[in-house]
Amino acid sequence: MLESAFFNLFAGLCVISALGVVTARNTMHSVMFLVFCFFNAAGLFFLLDAEFLGVILILVYVGAVMVLFMFVIMMLEQKKDALKSNVRQFLSLGGLVAVLLLMEFVAASSSGVFVHGAHATAAHLGRQVNNTEQIGQVLYTKYLLGFEIAAIILLVALIGAVVLTIRKRKDAKYQNISAQVKVRREDRVRKVRM
Amino acid sequence: MLKRAFKTWFLWELLIGLSVTGRYLFKKKITVEYPEEKTPLSPRFRGLHGLRRYESGEERCIACKLCEVVCPALAITIESEERDDGSRRTTRYDIDMSKCIYCGFCQEACPVDAIVETQEFEYATETRSGLYYTKDMLLANGQRYEAQIAANIAADAPYS
Amino acid sequence: MSVMDMVIQAVIWALEILAIAVPVALSVAYITYAERRVIGWIQVRKGCNRVGPAGLLQPLADGLKLFLKETIIPARANKLLFVGAPVLALVPTLVAFAVVPFGETSLFGQWERPHVMAISNMNVGLLYLMAISSLSVYGFLMAGWASNSKYPIMGSIRSTCQMISYEISMGFGLVTVMMLSGSLNLADIVHAQAGGLLHWYMIPLFPMLLVFFISGCAETGRTPFDLTETEELVSGYNVEYSGMWFATFSLAEYGAMILISLMTSILFLGGWYAPIPALDIIPGTVWLLAKTSFLVFVFIWFRATFPRYRYDQMMRLGWKIFLPWTLGWIFVLGVFIYTPGLDHIINFWLAWR
Repeated sequence: MLESAFFNLFAGLCVISALGVVTARNTMHSVMFLVFCFFNAAGLFFLLDAEFLGVILILVYVGAVMVLFMFVIMMLEQKKDALKSNVRQFLSLGGLVAVLLLMEFVAASSSGVFVHGAHATAAHLGRQVNNTEQIGQVLYTKYLLGFEIAAIILLVALIGAVVLTIRKRKDAKYQNISAQVKVRREDRVRKVRM
Repeated sequence: MLKRAFKTWFLWELLIGLSVTGRYLFKKKITVEYPEEKTPLSPRFRGLHGLRRYESGEERCIACKLCEVVCPALAITIESEERDDGSRRTTRYDIDMSKCIYCGFCQEACPVDAIVETQEFEYATETRSGLYYTKDMLLANGQRYEAQIAANIAADAPYS
Repeated sequence: MSVMDMVIQAVIWALEILAIAVPVALSVAYITYAERRVIGWIQVRKGCNRVGPAGLLQPLADGLKLFLKETIIPARANKLLFVGAPVLALVPTLVAFAVVPFGETSLFGQWERPHVMAISNMNVGLLYLMAISSLSVYGFLMAGWASNSKYPIMGSIRSTCQMISYEISMGFGLVTVMMLSGSLNLADIVHAQAGGLLHWYMIPLFPMLLVFFISGCAETGRTPFDLTETEELVSGYNVEYSGMWFATFSLAEYGAMILISLMTSILFLGGWYAPIPALDIIPGTVWLLAKTSFLVFVFIWFRATFPRYRYDQMMRLGWKIFLPWTLGWIFVLGVFIYTPGLDHIINFWLAWR
């Protein structure tokens, strides 16, 4: 009973904040709603005994990705008038995506995985089952290839970003911190007998 | 080389800095807890002003207005008249302490040692008008601190 | 589960939360006092000693003053986020205390097995701490943005960059702890360090201890890294704040300081174990709190000693020194653990083997 109450709380807040993301006029409020939405999704993970996934969701998405989102949004100028006029322009594309998603949801829910009695909350695993360990075991054996490919793609993206943005300017004045730090007293101070 | 690596990785210089401040942690403290303890003041300390009198009770001030002229902050206002006995005296001698910069020029300019600065500095008020000192108040100041003023002048006499 | 049981459970939770939150708030108040006294002593002053005996009522006076001050909200500020930002900064710090184990107790022999004194002794406690403490970024970011003013936004961008950068090396430092203990549960990590000073992780992970603690200074914006409140930025993200909302930010800062000290003592300094097993007759909580207060003192000591870093120096330290250094240490540890000839050296600290 307590569990279903918490499920309803998290799921309800999740849906409400997701609605808030798309309806908020202020982009900053949108981002905060999204953060809150992630939080509630993490709460749902916790209810499913998947505490590792829940914490990682907070750590990666809320703690890192959304902060960078926010950085970008903070730099942008907010145009409130432009929002209204663009609604019709994107209606057809957005509507298509929405219909597709709805079809997917219906297909998934009628596929038989979520039939009555197969709720993930039905049986809790014991305390001795370590979520982190289990995920690690599977990730580094069965799904090793996929895991490594994902890692390589991320690395490529990382290096790509660095390569794209790095540029040496001849006229810029840099301070060579290593050289500054390496300086010892003996290099600079000399005792002179007068 | 090895020594240098050791010093880098064990943050040697930072430790030296910490040890210095760590030693100061136990040093004797030099705080003067003001209202109870006070630091000694120099005889030349320039505080609240006072107007002095001669021992006979006669005002020293002869209304020469040198102090008014020399005052860089224009804090002194003097009006003078001839008294019944024919001597020149002030009818008004006001100092606005909120203008005064306590440079002590008035004291130096005074030919008769009438205007002096005492060692008094605890005269904070809650209103600006409380810092406007009239002739009567200044004379009262001079009377109240006469002993102190005389002692200071005596102490400073060998150097002036 | 009947309604009565649920009510009882809720009351127990509330009491547990109060038992953590109230001492944290009190110690935050008195850390401000300790900071002023200690820095005073180091600068050959006496520090605040006027309010109450030895100045002990000073934090209350400060709190009262801040509480009675007017809260000014700038006209062009985003009011909702402006008011929400201090709360967003403070709440993660307090929430993070939920998983901190403050010791073990068998309630004077009443329970057979000693219980860990934490609100939630969760399996992923370490990750939870990392995740939650990275959230206070939002408070600082929002404070700067919502003020709608130049200096706050500069300050908030600075503090956010700083926090994100040092979060990474901090996280990798924690990975080494996980490698040795084989667990993310904070109580298990402490248990793995049982048996005296030599078993503490500060011996094999000494560089990580340094990295972690210094990153902690940067995370909380304490002195060698307090670039968020430098003079050229007036005082960083909290320029526009006043009264109680301003105080909330410093509550968050000092709370984070306690948290970092607690984490350092749990992860590297043997948690609630005494340096010599014979000294374990003194309750573990006392040991843990003693270690924590020493580290808080070190924070204050740092503040009295070190001058501020330049911004580019700080970024270099985070990305070019700490990050490679922690990654290298992970590699070295891995080699030690899995090389047949070398593993008997590291086995001393490996709890899971």
